[in-house]
Amino acid sequence: MTLVLEAVIFGILTGGVYALMASGLTLIFGVMRIINVGHGALVILGAYLSFALLKSAHIDPFLSLVATMPAMFLLGVVLQVVFVRPLKDNREALSVLVTYALALGIEGLLGFIFTNNLVQLNAWYETASFAVFDFHIAYVYVFGFGLCLAILAAMFVILYRTDFGAAIRATMLNRTAAQLIGVNVDRVSALAFGIGVSTAAAGGVVFGLTNAFNPGSHYDLISRLLTIIVLGGLGSLRGAVIGAILMLIVEDVAAVVISPVWASFAFFVILVVVLVVRPQGLYGIRVRERI
Amino acid sequence: MTRLRRKDVAKAIALLAIIVVALLIPVLATDPATTNIAVFTAMYVGLATAWNIMGGYTGYISLGHAAFFGFGAYALGLLLAHLGIQSGFEPFLFVPVAGILTALLAVCIGWVALRTRAATFVIVTIAMMFMVQLLAENLSGLTGGGAGLSFPVPPWSGDFYNTPFYYAMVLIALIALAASWWIRRSKFGLGLLAIRDDEDKALAVGVPARAYKLTAFIISAALVGMIGAVYGYYVTYIYPQFAIDPLIGISMVLMVFLGGLGTLWGPVLGAVILEPAQLSLAYTFGASKLYLVFYAAVFLLVIILLPRGIIPSVMDLLTRFGRRRAVGPGDPAATANANEPHAVAGVQSP
Repeated sequence: MTLVLEAVIFGILTGGVYALMASGLTLIFGVMRIINVGHGALVILGAYLSFALLKSAHIDPFLSLVATMPAMFLLGVVLQVVFVRPLKDNREALSVLVTYALALGIEGLLGFIFTNNLVQLNAWYETASFAVFDFHIAYVYVFGFGLCLAILAAMFVILYRTDFGAAIRATMLNRTAAQLIGVNVDRVSALAFGIGVSTAAAGGVVFGLTNAFNPGSHYDLISRLLTIIVLGGLGSLRGAVIGAILMLIVEDVAAVVISPVWASFAFFVILVVVLVVRPQGLYGIRVRERI
Repeated sequence: MTRLRRKDVAKAIALLAIIVVALLIPVLATDPATTNIAVFTAMYVGLATAWNIMGGYTGYISLGHAAFFGFGAYALGLLLAHLGIQSGFEPFLFVPVAGILTALLAVCIGWVALRTRAATFVIVTIAMMFMVQLLAENLSGLTGGGAGLSFPVPPWSGDFYNTPFYYAMVLIALIALAASWWIRRSKFGLGLLAIRDDEDKALAVGVPARAYKLTAFIISAALVGMIGAVYGYYVTYIYPQFAIDPLIGISMVLMVFLGGLGTLWGPVLGAVILEPAQLSLAYTFGASKLYLVFYAAVFLLVIILLPRGIIPSVMDLLTRFGRRRAVGPGDPAATANANEPHAVAGVQSP
């Protein structure tokens, strides 16, 4: 029982970073109706950027976000303008292919520069831990969880308390109508993509501190993130956060109760169950449009 | 009428010529390096054509077809191991059985995945692919897990080694093409195209959308599974990440998009152009990860420059050219018509 409880706590703490990564992904989907298959690769890119700063200049991974998040924001804006904006007909399908290609390009480039060996970000808080009752919790999980909560909170403030956020939400609701009332949809799309990619950088640092990674790690990551946003309902930020935490709790509990090798499988089983019962996901609306 | 018939004759001759050339390749070019490229090109012609039956006609983009490919390979490998089949020509006889088993998997996956549409369907197929990969890894008692699965080693050697595999791949590719051609001109195919254009309206006019989609998905998956089975026997050793490789899944999609989504010959053209290019890239940069960077660059160029694929773009140019000649240059109506994006996009068959 204590093991299960520990798994639940651990699931919530690790669920935070997935919530952050999935929020960026679902934001991009909501605004542009495109699936960013490259999101996992961008997370890994963020992790490697901080890794490079750590190895070359001994900059603390959390501190390095001050540099990497704006850089990744710019990268996101450029990617959107160069590769996503030109797509006209059949956008949903083509954008999947374009972002898939970006993922492959990033994977190849990282593999060329950093090789395929597994690496991990390290800092003093990575191994140090503190005890709550009988559980030992490494500081890194708490710090990571805190960072993710802070960024998620900032995202929600931007979305619900600013004019720019209102423009984003209007675009998510109805692109054409938003354009008609004077929202510059192209600009909103580029900035939203930038925001999504910069949160990937933050997610990358937390992911890199808690997992060993290599350039190929993005496949596993993206399959999880996509599963989470489908579970939560495409385009729903609330769904992404709840879906992520739910999934990670289930995964960690399954690892304890069943076996670690079947933990990731539990992840997909939940997806299948949800799709059978509620194809639109937890917070989704029935999608009427088609590719 | 006579003109139409002459056109049909020309088409038949062209088709015959293509088939004869395809069949003669191992006779004309005997060195293993060339026939190896031929085997993989024929493989991708089949894969892209099979994928197009679902993705092109129905509009449901599956990025998880690598699951069927790998499943077919595993199915054949396990059949051979458990039935104690010796190597030689006999394993080829079990390829259709692997195809049927893959069809059964497609029923299960399709039943769940086809409850969703558009973007969600794309994601679910990706998730299903990783699910199958994980199963191959975890059911180690059956599949050998990460240690992999060996096939009986084919007894042929030297120049002949690739030949049986080449003909097997060509045969399945021809079956896929025949199926694709038949579906296009059948009532079933018309239903699929209607689903692609507007599923709700198709339902409203009485297209049994669910049954049609599932059927297209199963046909597509079974063909891919058979190709995967031949591939497994060809490479003689598979393991989960290798047999169920996301890159194989995305490559067939890219080929269809390059050639022309929803056309009969587009997937063939895409595969014939891209696969040799891909192999030469892999050969040049195989050792380094730069291969992926170049592949991604080609990929991006194709989609940004030719979003509708070669065949629809060329057909469009021809119609525009033809109309301009007929109506006279600069006729605004003709130009506007030719520019209409959905008028020809993927519907016509060359």
